[in-house]
Amino acid sequence: MAEEVLVFGTWSSPYGRRVEMALKLKGIEYKYIEEDLTNKSPSLLKYNPVHKKIPVLVHNGKPVAESLVILEYIDETWKNHPIFPKDPYERANARFWAKFIDEKCLPAIRKACWGEDQKEREKAAEELSKLLQFLENELEGKRYFGGGTIGLLDIAANMIGYWLGVFEEASGASELLTREKFPKLFNWANEFVSVSAIKESLPPRDKHVAFMRKRFGMVNTSK
Amino acid sequence: MAGEVVLLDFWSSMFAMRVRLALAEKGIKYESKEQDLSNKSPLLLEMNPINKQVPVLIHNGKPVCESLIIVQYIDEVWNDKSPLLPSDPYQRAQARFWADFVDKKVSVAAKNVWSTKGEEQEAGKKEFLETLKIMEGELGDKPYFGGETFGYVDLSLITFYSWFHAYEVLGNINIEAECPKIIAWAKRCMQKEAVAKTLPDQKKVYEFVVQLRKMFVSE
Repeated sequence: MAEEVLVFGTWSSPYGRRVEMALKLKGIEYKYIEEDLTNKSPSLLKYNPVHKKIPVLVHNGKPVAESLVILEYIDETWKNHPIFPKDPYERANARFWAKFIDEKCLPAIRKACWGEDQKEREKAAEELSKLLQFLENELEGKRYFGGGTIGLLDIAANMIGYWLGVFEEASGASELLTREKFPKLFNWANEFVSVSAIKESLPPRDKHVAFMRKRFGMVNTSK
Repeated sequence: MAGEVVLLDFWSSMFAMRVRLALAEKGIKYESKEQDLSNKSPLLLEMNPINKQVPVLIHNGKPVCESLIIVQYIDEVWNDKSPLLPSDPYQRAQARFWADFVDKKVSVAAKNVWSTKGEEQEAGKKEFLETLKIMEGELGDKPYFGGETFGYVDLSLITFYSWFHAYEVLGNINIEAECPKIIAWAKRCMQKEAVAKTLPDQKKVYEFVVQLRKMFVSE
């Protein structure tokens, strides 16, 4: 039976792109379906009735939702180019930092870029700095979070590796991730986006900046 | 595989309970170190500097944090008996999805039932019962979320059962009337020795939550 892999996503969402990055790294062919979240397709509602969100991976008709769950599924199903370590402690570590990125870093990034007032943005930027320091320490002695090659945690950190830069530019926020403050993380971000499977999965930058600026505004005008 | 296992614990935390339950299921000997969460120990702060929360599993001196991450770690290290996650990748993905649902939806709504009042509480109650109904849909006619045997999703949700009496009294709700399948499932789980031994008494939890509520709500 021919294998069918569908990915429901939106062009600007880092969560959907995570799924594409993992599939591309493993050389898995898939069909991408762009969703309009203001007008969700019957297929999306059928495949993810609980959350009604993207991304959803549909493998031979069977849906998997939640990006981090999907990444682990992809790694367990297509065993070439593994993205998850074998050692249970390292796996726990990768899961922990992925959760940390989603639950703590992402909200701080949004507030630092588009918080309601300068005070809120500055406070969030300070918080984000503390959070990024943890990730900076995680990279000690490593080229990628996954070690010598891109792993699940690198993909989960795509928000920091690429989207953060776009958000900074769109909102006019002062650079939150600089070479001076976070040399390892800065370096990692450049290496990350150079990997071809990642590069091919990034939204077109100018379009992305313009879109975010239009959607959320350019709030940080005083420098 | 064995080695030294320490759990930074708190008796009424449904998250710490998950870890205790996983360790009990696997018959793993460990030392439980009850924490004072109003006066956090240097050990807790050292082992979980980011969230400063229980549970933390310390295995041969190395910390693992976040209850579901700990449970998966336990399942992977002590993989010779009582598997908690299924072996099929698709079934595993479904199990992870539903445990994540418990954390993101059930748990958040449950907290609003006891820690808020007025309109916020009404909204929390409604949401909580809705999330339990969604879980009922997923359970279907199966004895456990894991199918024929108790598994990862069962473990992730059953610990909340010890707080049900508190939710019912403080929220003025009747969970059995609204979600009979969930109560039937919970009672089935409670027949397992490991579950019955791990979950604290519901009345004791209720008394604890009454005090805790005072920190959140002025009445």
